[in-house]
Amino acid sequence: MKELKIVVLAKQVPDTRNVGADAMNADGTVNRAALPTVFNPEDLKALEMALALKESVPGSTVTVITMGPPRAAEIIRDARSRGADDGFVLSDMRFAGADTLATSYALACAISSLGHVDAIFCGRQAIDGDTAQVGPQVAEKLSLPQVAYAESIHEVGDSSLTIVRRLERGSEMVRMQLPALITVTSAAKDCRYPNAHRLLRFYDDEVPLRSADTIGADLERLGLKGSPTKVKKIENVVLAHKDAEQVAATPEALTGLAQTLIKEHIL
Amino acid sequence: MNFYTDNDKLSFYLHHPEMAQVAAVKEHDFAEHGNHPEAPANSEAAVKQYDAVMTLLGDIAGDVIAPNAADVDAQGPSLENGRVTYAPGTRQNLDTLIQSGLYGMTLQRRYNGLNFPRVAAVMAAEIIARADVGFATLWGLQDCADTIQQFASEELKQKYLPRIYQGATCSMDLTEPDAGSDLQSVRLKATFDEAANCWRLNGVKRFITNGDADLHLVLARSEEGTNDGRGLSYFLFDRADGGMTVRRIENKMGIKGSPTAELQFTNAPCHLIGERRLGLIKYVMSLMNGARLGVGAQSIGLCEAACREAEAYAASREQFGKPIERFIPVQDMLTAMRARTDGARSLMYETARYVDLAETSKAASRTADILTPLVKLTASEFANRNAYDCIQVHGGSGFMKEYACERLYRDARILSIYEGTSQLQVVAAIKGIANGAYLKLIEQYDSRLREALATDNKQAHTILSMLGEAVDAYRQLYDAASSQGSTDDLFEHTARSLAESLARIIMGYLLLLDSLRDESFMASSRYWAEQSLSYIAGALTLTRSRLR
Repeated sequence: MKELKIVVLAKQVPDTRNVGADAMNADGTVNRAALPTVFNPEDLKALEMALALKESVPGSTVTVITMGPPRAAEIIRDARSRGADDGFVLSDMRFAGADTLATSYALACAISSLGHVDAIFCGRQAIDGDTAQVGPQVAEKLSLPQVAYAESIHEVGDSSLTIVRRLERGSEMVRMQLPALITVTSAAKDCRYPNAHRLLRFYDDEVPLRSADTIGADLERLGLKGSPTKVKKIENVVLAHKDAEQVAATPEALTGLAQTLIKEHIL
Repeated sequence: MNFYTDNDKLSFYLHHPEMAQVAAVKEHDFAEHGNHPEAPANSEAAVKQYDAVMTLLGDIAGDVIAPNAADVDAQGPSLENGRVTYAPGTRQNLDTLIQSGLYGMTLQRRYNGLNFPRVAAVMAAEIIARADVGFATLWGLQDCADTIQQFASEELKQKYLPRIYQGATCSMDLTEPDAGSDLQSVRLKATFDEAANCWRLNGVKRFITNGDADLHLVLARSEEGTNDGRGLSYFLFDRADGGMTVRRIENKMGIKGSPTAELQFTNAPCHLIGERRLGLIKYVMSLMNGARLGVGAQSIGLCEAACREAEAYAASREQFGKPIERFIPVQDMLTAMRARTDGARSLMYETARYVDLAETSKAASRTADILTPLVKLTASEFANRNAYDCIQVHGGSGFMKEYACERLYRDARILSIYEGTSQLQVVAAIKGIANGAYLKLIEQYDSRLREALATDNKQAHTILSMLGEAVDAYRQLYDAASSQGSTDDLFEHTARSLAESLARIIMGYLLLLDSLRDESFMASSRYWAEQSLSYIAGALTLTRSRLR
């Protein structure tokens, strides 16, 4: 099989496992300065799938693209220490405030600027926004077939991939033609650790920062300008039950519970 | 969990001011920079590299090795048809570390090594041992590669050293049924096979850690008719060449994941390392010093693990309406555990720095030689004490298999035995005791502190004067043990007390020096100043009463 040009879309996100009391500002926005950051977990899984594909098709390359502030270069270096060939950060104030529409537009432009690409992998969703929209929107904008919720690559064919998708109840196997976009779920294999030698080569490396001007984008469709989503209010919701009720495992009791839930419009 | 980044004290020693010099020596003044993509430009860059790799290792230790430890302990390795299979967790640990390119940490870059100094290597061992001491023994055996790098021919180095990076495991085959501490009695025979133009090994080795390794360093009798250490040479045996089977693996009390094997060599082909007759007196001695520092690192990893287990339990367990950490008798145990860990660690990194500087300085080399047995002696005994106290803090729960402290207790027990018992470490320290080398070193610490301590740092001055008193008491102890009227026996009876006194005093000084950069070390420094005084007073009373 001919070597593949593979792209991974990744995001640096706040580490929600280590959220302190100062994580939120008084106005309800996220206090990013107070939060440590991490490689979005499902994007790491996407990177692993991409690296495994690269290894199965000799001569292939993996390029990682992220959009964010200059410090997001950390995840590009991290990805390179794990085996990615190169990468860059889309970093420009004109990208700021983007919703999923503007983000996917910027990423699609960046991918187009690379010329022909065979496969694009990204995490299903990021742990800060949880939208799961960016990957599919990028595919649509590039007019590529997409498979979401990928768990593993079952087979690498000649210009096709057979992918196992994780569904709510079980899994299914689909074959897709390349080029294509794949979003990877948390059930996929964990990403390998960095390699110490690659770490020493890249831990201090300069990562290219690319501005909006370099990707042939329509500036009106970027950032806040290009984002129809308007946030009305962000609220901290604390779920707390007032009292608990034990329901016996009998048909009568369960029917009663179902009726109550229907009456209260829960079901 | 990251076992490097969650422990500020490791970063503290990695960023010790002398590390600039350590890095410069290891990098030959950064001559390789520009010719190799991994070679750092200066000391600052080198230390950053060490830090980055320790962070990687800390992740693997916390997320892979530690979670595997209990299963590995329960399952252990197995033996079938003369071959050993590791427990699944052990295999996963090895594979993860190999894939991460961490093997060959101290090897030169031309053999795919990371070219890291001893300080970084012992830190890696400490981090891994905190996760699982049994696995740390396997990891530590890559130090065998240092012996090959240092003493073997270029041809052997080219052939074997790159395999370390690829994950070839090592063993150090010294012990035999009748040659344990007394290695001069080794009998395994090496004969030169003229027809095949190679050496061949015949005989039995016993208690060999990781005995079914890929590469073996074997001590064998090459000079027929000899019966002492001068008839022994050192050989490199590649398991793939055949001629060796594992007869049994031992059923041990602790470090159960690490296979300890009895090996039968039958006409096994092998390569001579360096020169004949220097096997024990030069090469093994060199390897042994490294291994002793390695056991020190394992011990400190275990000390740290025991501290954390005990601290966490004491904070969460409530009795009489409050957490037990608020009761003074429990606090005393936790303080002692922390002070032992701090003290042994400070002593170990000081020693490792001297080992690294030994390449360019005879004085550093001599200091490394006298400090190494003190590290092995104190750290391994402290690991046992910490494991004991860890169970004590847990009370009845600690006696149950459910808690990690039970495994720590069993794993700790070997530390004061293998690579030279505590008693043999005392023997190794006697020369420095008799010629005053330790006292000279202590004088240097003392004058450095007198220069550096601010006059208003009252607490530090109090500790310094206590340590001064302890040194005076030590001199009295030494005089009593070697005074006229005493016998050689009395000196030997007192030798352990002398060595232990010196270790306590030196730890007090080193921690006080550390407190100049981080005040939190002051408490442990004071602990050792107090302990020195009380320990030496007891030893002096005993020795004087023996003289009566």
